[in-house]
Amino acid sequence: MSRLRFILPLLLFALLVAVFAIGIRESPDKDLIPSPLIGKPAPDFSLPNLTDPAQRVSSTQLRGHWYLLNVWGTWCGSCRMEHSMLLRIKQSGLIPLVGLDWKDDRDDALSFLKQEGDPYATIAVDRDGSEAIMWGVYGAPETFLVNPQGIVIYKYIGPITEQAWTQQILPRLPMNQTAAAGASS
Amino acid sequence: MPLRTASLFMAAIMAALLLGTSVAYAIAPEQMPTPQLETRYLALIQGFRCMQCQDESLADSPVNLAADMRRQIRDMLLAGKTDQQIRDFMVSRYGYFILFKPPFVLKTAWLWLTPGVLLLVGVLVALRVIRQRAALAATDLEDNDLTDA
Repeated sequence: MSRLRFILPLLLFALLVAVFAIGIRESPDKDLIPSPLIGKPAPDFSLPNLTDPAQRVSSTQLRGHWYLLNVWGTWCGSCRMEHSMLLRIKQSGLIPLVGLDWKDDRDDALSFLKQEGDPYATIAVDRDGSEAIMWGVYGAPETFLVNPQGIVIYKYIGPITEQAWTQQILPRLPMNQTAAAGASS
Repeated sequence: MPLRTASLFMAAIMAALLLGTSVAYAIAPEQMPTPQLETRYLALIQGFRCMQCQDESLADSPVNLAADMRRQIRDMLLAGKTDQQIRDFMVSRYGYFILFKPPFVLKTAWLWLTPGVLLLVGVLVALRVIRQRAALAATDLEDNDLTDA
């Protein structure tokens, strides 16, 4: 009985140490805030098309296809870092990239794409940043995987790396279909 | 002439006062049409976290995203949304992380309840100890009585 009295506090203390150690080690990066949109319908939108402002890009056009919505801007350095990866995703033909050009200058965006290559099937323009708030964007680049029913399946924060593509995004795609015929129509 | 100087002086003071108030809202210079809306607006933006700086509120943050979010909140207020509707909207896009004060929901229940549970455990332990000691003291007295007799 007296021995238990001595050991019990020590055990409790050890338990606390273990809880804190696991908590600190496993805690997600504070910069990566999980999106509450995952598993929920993606926001409905209808925005001007970057390449032809008379046309619109809307969520209803995108229904029925898997797509990656990539939030970018020419002012964003990390977006330039991921650009070559985006071009490779386009080449793979597995899923169309829909750009959301966030608070950007149209001429800058067009000349950037002309120089570096255009990985996007279609690009929507969010001139004043209000669409980005609908998607819970807090920094570019951010990429959302949306399924044909318009449900957000996954969000990747930061520049897409080879590893992110093969380990996070590819496994979430239904491999029996190629969605390449997607959103350009 | 002195009258004119005086009125110029007054005008200068008025201008300084006006400038002074606008400087006070340098980060959030937007003005709401009524004082009631202004009060609600200022209270709301102080309760949301700036998602880019994270330890600053929307009211204090100078970054572009915070300005966009303040505009969103302003637009919703002007559209007649309640504070709760605005908070729900922000949480639906950015998660509970955007609220400076964690709400009481299933996920955060342990955070709010643990102190109470610990207090209860402490009180129960203390009660037991006190009762045991009281019982011991009583038996001591009885023993003394026996030996004395």
